[in-house]
Amino acid sequence: MHTVTLRYIKLGDWLTLLLGSLCVVLLILKLWSGGLADKAVIRSGGKIFREVPLSRDQQIEVPGPLGVSIISIQQRKARIVSDPSPRQYCVRQGWLQQAGEIAICLPNQVSVELTGSQKKYDSLNY
Amino acid sequence: MTASIIKLDTSAEDHHIARMAAVALGLTILENAIPSPLPGVKPGLANIVTLIVLARYGWRAAAWVSLLRVVAGSLLFGNFLAPGFFLSLSGALCSLLVLAFAQHLPVRWFGPVSHSIYAAFAHITGQMLVVYLWLIPHAGIAYLIPIFAAAALVFGTVNGLIAARFMDNGGKPYMERLS
Repeated sequence: MHTVTLRYIKLGDWLTLLLGSLCVVLLILKLWSGGLADKAVIRSGGKIFREVPLSRDQQIEVPGPLGVSIISIQQRKARIVSDPSPRQYCVRQGWLQQAGEIAICLPNQVSVELTGSQKKYDSLNY
Repeated sequence: MTASIIKLDTSAEDHHIARMAAVALGLTILENAIPSPLPGVKPGLANIVTLIVLARYGWRAAAWVSLLRVVAGSLLFGNFLAPGFFLSLSGALCSLLVLAFAQHLPVRWFGPVSHSIYAAFAHITGQMLVVYLWLIPHAGIAYLIPIFAAAALVFGTVNGLIAARFMDNGGKPYMERLS
């Protein structure tokens, strides 16, 4: 049975099989490595305000000493849409996608950090 | 009023294609009875017929058989022009496109197993494109891609082996013995 089956796989077919397996392994490493974030941790005044999964698109309003910051989660990415801070650093940081990425609005004491099963790097202590 | 009879001139090749498409259709129905752990992960047994037709009668006949199977299958299951139909169609079109190139691989080294694996990968690529661009435009589906790719590799290999086994009958084409 075994030898009969093997007879149908020619040399080039083995090459194709190898190529296919390599493709599958690369896809698994790329897409399941844990580098992709799956949760957003929102802090306000140093305390955890909410932890939300990235799988559901939503907008969250976070109160701070200066006013309300609006955080948006869309397509497994998160960003701060608006914030009352004067220099708007956190808003201009744009979309966060990788685990370990963080946007901080210091004046309003609001931050969003993405976490995954493992951190690739941390934008604070590289 | 006299009954009018519409008669189409059909060639022997047309009959042959229709017969092959019918076999493919039968396999599609058989396959639908097999429960699947994840929607979209299917063995694709009908592609065995496509592979055999490709090897025996060329790409044009294989394209006819494959597309006839998709359209007639969707009519049978009642999802003609529904999302499921476009998923099948995009998969079949991508497979045929890749097979058009793959059939020119040197026969000495590459057999139906290679054709089958390339076609299977093309099939899921076509389907994922339709899913992403039209049905679920959400990056979350990326998590499913490795599962689909692994299924394509396994089922592609198995289908290719079955096709090779069918065509290996002491040099006598299996399908010609059938008809």
